[in-house]
Amino acid sequence: MKDVIVGESYVVGDHINTDAIIPGRYLGKLASVPVEMYPEILRKYAMEDLDPKYPPFLDKEKRCPYKIIVAGRNFGCGSSREHAQIALKGAGIEVVVAPSFARIFYRNCINGAWFPPTESEEDLSKQIATGDELKIIISERKIVNVTKGEEHSSKPFDLLAKNILDAGGLTQYNLRRI
Amino acid sequence: MEMTITEKTLARGAGRKYVKPGEFVDVDIDILGMNDVTSTGAIKLLRKYFNNQIAEDLNIVVTPDHYDHRDIDSAELYKELMGFCEEHRDHKKMWVYPLGENYGICHVMLPQEGHVRPGDIIVGGDSHTCTYGALGAFSTGIGTTEVGNVLATGKLWFKVPESLKIIIKGENPENIMAKDIFLHVVGNIGVDGALYQAMEWEGRPINELNIDEKLTLTNLDIEAGAKSGIIQPDEKVFEYLEGRLKLPLDDSRLVYSDPNAKYASVLEYDISDLPPLVAKPYLPSNVVPASELENVRIDQAFIGSCTGAKAYDLEVAAEILKGNKKARHVRLIVSPATQKIYKEVMQNKLGKIFLDAGAVIWPPGCGACLGAYMGVLASGEVCISSTNRNFRGRMGHRESKVFLASPMTVAASAVKGYIRGAEL
Repeated sequence: MKDVIVGESYVVGDHINTDAIIPGRYLGKLASVPVEMYPEILRKYAMEDLDPKYPPFLDKEKRCPYKIIVAGRNFGCGSSREHAQIALKGAGIEVVVAPSFARIFYRNCINGAWFPPTESEEDLSKQIATGDELKIIISERKIVNVTKGEEHSSKPFDLLAKNILDAGGLTQYNLRRI
Repeated sequence: MEMTITEKTLARGAGRKYVKPGEFVDVDIDILGMNDVTSTGAIKLLRKYFNNQIAEDLNIVVTPDHYDHRDIDSAELYKELMGFCEEHRDHKKMWVYPLGENYGICHVMLPQEGHVRPGDIIVGGDSHTCTYGALGAFSTGIGTTEVGNVLATGKLWFKVPESLKIIIKGENPENIMAKDIFLHVVGNIGVDGALYQAMEWEGRPINELNIDEKLTLTNLDIEAGAKSGIIQPDEKVFEYLEGRLKLPLDDSRLVYSDPNAKYASVLEYDISDLPPLVAKPYLPSNVVPASELENVRIDQAFIGSCTGAKAYDLEVAAEILKGNKKARHVRLIVSPATQKIYKEVMQNKLGKIFLDAGAVIWPPGCGACLGAYMGVLASGEVCISSTNRNFRGRMGHRESKVFLASPMTVAASAVKGYIRGAEL
């Protein structure tokens, strides 16, 4: 797992749900596909049903210019579909920052080691704007807004969550224990 | 130390005497639920990393219910899951419910087929797995990586959740259902009001609910962000389980909350004057009385899913539709939750009531609820639905709208063509 992530941010509000992140109509796309191909398959549908008040997450070529999502409360509420993490990861997201995450979404991020679900000390969705360049240093719990010259902090990961992330996910973590 | 029912159950699963909220535990999983749409990655994971070996003592219930042959992709998902079951047919603790005379939506199938016991620890690849708390089990939804690892190890880590006690008081009004009780609470606390907590329901109106209604109440708890939902098992639960259970009851697992157990908070609601409620788009917490929405014209009324098409749900809906016709402009869809319920409907007077009301009766499945197939909405269309989510795009086009209500309110609305609570 990367410790330092630098890139443009995409900012959304509270309760961004998994139906917005990857609509139910696309969940069949993983049939007959090797696991390694999952992110490539799902990335082009990422955030397709997000409220149209937000700027497009993907450009016309279905590429995502962002590496970091900054969200309000309860990011990832709704379904347990891990397709949500896979779609975001496939689109190029390397970290999601939010004051709170829906629990199943949070666990899926950790157990699949898709990206660190980073809990910010405060809600940054009003302080950071889409397109701001951020530098996130996980180990130092720092969220630096390079564009605005501001610095914020994140909460530490629980030890177990950190160990699973560091192992590369629950599968690798379990394989080392067996 | 005094504990809640949830803490005691997780302590038992972890082989510990005592656990407290915030602690991490590794627990033995009693039952794993697998469906067609979230299992594919788990099956591949088991093959690739764990030599295709399933943990010996793990009970597995397989219910292909989400996609059901709507297209080639979904047919492949079904085929893969059934192939997996066939490959592991020597695993004695696997129950499979393929498309046929006994299949249906997982959260109705597991209780119906006697897989849920009080005190069990149940996980499944679907967020509404929290349903089984209605029978006194700890149950929660998990992702595909977790399904794969539970298959391999029979265990899963948890952070012990705090419990949130919800006390319901007063008299159950006749034109409301468990759905309305939940909508009232989530309207008050919000979709993250119980974030990572175990919602523990109690009070006389809760005890008076029948099992189908209790299942609705705990199913919906994820919509308040809860980890799990639970109602302490009473006599009615044990009557329901009688003659139904696939595995014997284990009295040592029967636990109840201690009188001085600690709760994150205790909330009380009196429902005596509760009117029929509706959650407007695009959050289940966006709740108003149905009476405020009487000029909302509907295109579709959907009576189906794990919160709206159990036997009792359909009896109540039929009571409203009896002798009535749906409004001309409305598509009224009834989709019984399991094939056993479907058979009951078709072979008794309910089927005639639905057909005479102008409904189409569709087979069991999750498709409509998640906008996968059957009842998919076009842009600008409005659906009143007995399902559990109304996020943007949930049942179809992202410019469609879903209003959540009880099966009773959905039936009453279908007749009017506009949103209406039932008048009894």
